[in-house]
Amino acid sequence: MTTERWAAIGFLAPLIAYLVAFYIFPLYRNIELSLHDYTPVAFVTGNARFVGFDNFIDMFTSRTFSTALRNTVLFTLISIAFQFTIGLGLAVYFRKVFPLSRLLRALFLVPWLLPLIVSGSTWAWLLNSESGIVNAALRMLGMDPVNWLVSPDTALTSVIIANIWLGIPFNLVVLYSGLQNIPGDVYEAALVDGASAWRTFWSVTLPLLKPVAAITLLLGFVYTLKVVDIIWIMTAGGPGDSSTTFATWSYREAFGTGNPEFSPAAAVGNVLILIALTMGAIYLRTQRRMDAS
Amino acid sequence: MTTRRWIKTLPALCFTAVMLFPVYWMINVSFTKSSDLRKSNPHLFPVDPTLEGYTAVLSQQLPSLGTSLLIGLGTVAVTLVIAAPAGFALAKLHMRGRGALNFALLAAQMIPGVVMAMGFYAIYLRMGLLNSIPGVIIADSTIAVPFGVLLFTAFMSGLPNELIQAAKIDGAGTWRTFRSIVLPLSRNSMVTVSLFSFLWAWSDFIFASTLARGAEYVPVTIGIYKYMGNNTSQWNAIMATAVIASIPAAILLVIAQRYVAAGVTAGAIKD
Repeated sequence: MTTERWAAIGFLAPLIAYLVAFYIFPLYRNIELSLHDYTPVAFVTGNARFVGFDNFIDMFTSRTFSTALRNTVLFTLISIAFQFTIGLGLAVYFRKVFPLSRLLRALFLVPWLLPLIVSGSTWAWLLNSESGIVNAALRMLGMDPVNWLVSPDTALTSVIIANIWLGIPFNLVVLYSGLQNIPGDVYEAALVDGASAWRTFWSVTLPLLKPVAAITLLLGFVYTLKVVDIIWIMTAGGPGDSSTTFATWSYREAFGTGNPEFSPAAAVGNVLILIALTMGAIYLRTQRRMDAS
Repeated sequence: MTTRRWIKTLPALCFTAVMLFPVYWMINVSFTKSSDLRKSNPHLFPVDPTLEGYTAVLSQQLPSLGTSLLIGLGTVAVTLVIAAPAGFALAKLHMRGRGALNFALLAAQMIPGVVMAMGFYAIYLRMGLLNSIPGVIIADSTIAVPFGVLLFTAFMSGLPNELIQAAKIDGAGTWRTFRSIVLPLSRNSMVTVSLFSFLWAWSDFIFASTLARGAEYVPVTIGIYKYMGNNTSQWNAIMATAVIASIPAAILLVIAQRYVAAGVTAGAIKD
């Protein structure tokens, strides 16, 4: 073996040790948790009963399952649809250079850089039933105030609204940088051909942006799927299960009550990993196809 | 001509105002007197502002802010130490199995935080690392390390090979080449990785709320969360803490705009 090979191993060794200790081992522990029946006592002593797939069967037959599934699908799809459309609209808008455009575009990053607890508590106060500004505005417009966070009918909508707000900056930045990579002469050609702005967007911008758009959507999906903080901070998944997703369900079982149920929580978590990794595989394939073309 | 140029600015100003309204509202509420908080029509501006929220923060949350700062800096250190050499090896030292490692790093970013938290909890309980600052630092670094490696790899791949060969001819070993040539040239990507790992650690809620909630000094995110649970009437103090907890993000935005944009793009698209 050459010295260069040894050097390369030396440079990579910390990373590999790190990945094994702080990714693979926790993931292994998680799978192990989901196949045993861990009580808090067994958790300390380490001898829990092996129960096979019982935790998974319990999960699929649980009353929460169908609600969590529905909420997870709604939360992810609606959030992404709005984040992406608004982000794309803004990116196209900001592509034109006008006074203050750089500054305003930078300000759009603010919601994304704030700690989630800050955004979550701010939205909780904005949507507060009695003293929130949103209800004050509704009253001014002559509409009935809404019990945003405490009514089972609107809790999910509330967290989706906050999550859309959080995701716009990411979509804006990534799509904007995708637009920057479209060569200007394509637009000049469209202009010469007399294409309208709308036509240019559909026939030039959108097709050329497709690879970047695909990746933005996939990443958005993977990130939205694992959101816990914003939902937990605003509604803790409630009232009842009305805003519970798989991620918050898992969090609640393990850490949300005084009585940790790690084994069921790990089972839900493992399903979440499977979905995320499937999407991850699609992501990698898309990216490879992009590299090839 | 000049008015036509400004015409585009006007809608953009409106969009920005709508987008930033919640942030403005947080600041507004942080200056509102407790007696005015429960009014059904809140004041749109801090009429008769008060500092009572901020006095409450300074008397109660200073240790939390210190804890968060410590955790943030620790996470930056761990991330740089692990990610920078690995990025160099992946970019410049021709290795077999590079593809597999890249795959692992991308997959690592897809794992839900709550799953990682459970694994860490199980391990920390045995090792006695629960409610300790090093424990949180290690857990928080898992958010930034894969991102850091990918960003360093992308940047260092762009460094000219001639530079590295020249160093070799001059008799520099790999370590020396890395330290004296590659690292100084990678200053920008080191800033980007540091900023993001600091910000992610500073903002972390999941790891802090699972691995450190019983600690003597909790990070500021948990400080706010506990505040929300205990003092539902004191929203001015909650919002004042939120304003102060946002300061790192504000500083980041002012001094490091271009690094932020570079980081977001690097996280999403590799090229």
